[in-house]
Amino acid sequence: MTISFLIIAILIVAGTAAAMGFRNPIHCVLALTVSFGGIAGLYLYLGAQFVGFTQIMVYVGAVAILAVFAIMMTHRPGALEPTIFSRHAALGILTAFAVFGVIGWAVLSQPASSAPTNARPTGASVQQIGNSLMHEYVLPLEIIGLLLTAALIGAVVIAMDRKEDEAS
Amino acid sequence: MNSLPPGLQACLLLSALLFAIGLAGALTRRNAILVLIGIELMLNAANINFIAFWHYGPAPSQITGIMFAIFSISVAAAEAAVGLAIILPAYRHSRTTDLDKMNSLKG
Repeated sequence: MTISFLIIAILIVAGTAAAMGFRNPIHCVLALTVSFGGIAGLYLYLGAQFVGFTQIMVYVGAVAILAVFAIMMTHRPGALEPTIFSRHAALGILTAFAVFGVIGWAVLSQPASSAPTNARPTGASVQQIGNSLMHEYVLPLEIIGLLLTAALIGAVVIAMDRKEDEAS
Repeated sequence: MNSLPPGLQACLLLSALLFAIGLAGALTRRNAILVLIGIELMLNAANINFIAFWHYGPAPSQITGIMFAIFSISVAAAEAAVGLAIILPAYRHSRTTDLDKMNSLKG
């Protein structure tokens, strides 16, 4: 574990905790972008450059902006809820602790190898990724394209205001 | 028994923490949009695991882990778009995004 990993981990955990704990939803999304940026940094640290920049473009660039728009379209000015947590919040937090306990126990119960791993990947080049996307993974790529198109059309149809249709 | 490299262990613990915080948010927040964001964080935790296992795995020259993470990110993006699109008509209908008050599916 290096200093850079520690910095990235603190960035991710602090951003995530702030995103789930702030009162104002806009502040939550801003903290969320910090967390997503930290995750992109972790990908870069692990040698997956393409995934890191995909993370920045998709999550920081698209999902966070989408969430900001959704919050602004559903925001009532001057009306922050008195409480941000649900009635059964204790139960949810207990569940989360239990899940973290189980996963952490499963990870820590494996013995840690002291020998340093010899083969470190230098990182996959974009050319390599593009080649496999066009050859081995061309069918999943087409399916993902179809899925994204369907999701785009579906999102527009769902979010469309149908009041004019009903009147006519 | 297989043994884990310490770096992999740290990554797995970090992603477990991220998953737990996302789960806590998704289960406890009242704002529907923030519940969706919690689900996104849980998906991100899974992606971190893909990349960590690829990096510390036995065959890092193969890029299977990267491919899995890329496809997972695309599916998560589609999920976020559809999820946020569902919240908008629900808000238009019930004039709130508070999940404790949204308790009816009937129009």
